[in-house]
Amino acid sequence: MIHNEIQTSTTKDPQSLAEAEMISRIISGERELFYELIRPCERAVFLTAYSVVKSEADAEEIVQEAVLKAYKALGSFRGDSKFSTWLVKITLNEARMKLRCSRSESEVSLEAFMDEGDGDYTPAVLTDWREIPSEALDRKELRETLQRAVDQLPEKYREVLILRDVREMNITETAQLLGITEGMVKTRLFRARLLMQKIVAPELVAQGKKD
Amino acid sequence: MVLDCEHVWREISNYIDGDLDPSVRASVEKHLAHCRHCAAILDSTHNILYLIADERTFALPIGFGDRLRARLEGELEKSEPASR
Repeated sequence: MIHNEIQTSTTKDPQSLAEAEMISRIISGERELFYELIRPCERAVFLTAYSVVKSEADAEEIVQEAVLKAYKALGSFRGDSKFSTWLVKITLNEARMKLRCSRSESEVSLEAFMDEGDGDYTPAVLTDWREIPSEALDRKELRETLQRAVDQLPEKYREVLILRDVREMNITETAQLLGITEGMVKTRLFRARLLMQKIVAPELVAQGKKD
Repeated sequence: MVLDCEHVWREISNYIDGDLDPSVRASVEKHLAHCRHCAAILDSTHNILYLIADERTFALPIGFGDRLRARLEGELEKSEPASR
């Protein structure tokens, strides 16, 4: 039983123990606790789904399905990873399945080709850069410029960029979640970051001149 | 080791992550000190990553949590989690 596991475990941190106890109570019938369990994961699962489908509405629907699946499968959660990691993995699978169903074979082939090809990863050449402070994010125009640029990235680069640079997961966690090597994460990340610079930097320079 | 601009671009991502051998890092920094184009590419990339990491850039849609809870409420009534 879970309570015995809690008492005998010497390797789990307090957060995992709290999670394990909460899960045990949910399974025993305290359904309301499930909301508490998932609340800290909401942004992580939403961003994971969004990184695949790049639509807020679709990402939200995927999260709802994934959370329901997690609830129904809660008894099979073994606690080998954090609950959030498990939920994010379910969400990623759900999002990929939805994407596969919604697009044509030719689109899938194109994505695969873009990932394998060398591509053009030349950054936008600038003579200098005037730093944009985070306060500027109060402007909708800036937020939309950044969101549009992320949406333009090929799926495999977008996934890595969002996990690593938006969710701030480390290289090892990113590789494990996506089921790829750490070397592949670094290669995709390098391409994603330079593509972002190439798309966004000239736009931000132009916006700065208008201000 | 002397690096040209293209070589520096390929190292920018690892440089930002602090994931370069000390000798390569020193060569990148030496290049950046005298190449204003590569310095601007590094600064702009760094700045863009800083901006996308801000929660305002990719915020949860308004009402996201409420809608999730509403969807769950109905379903949780109907089903129970599989026991261990």
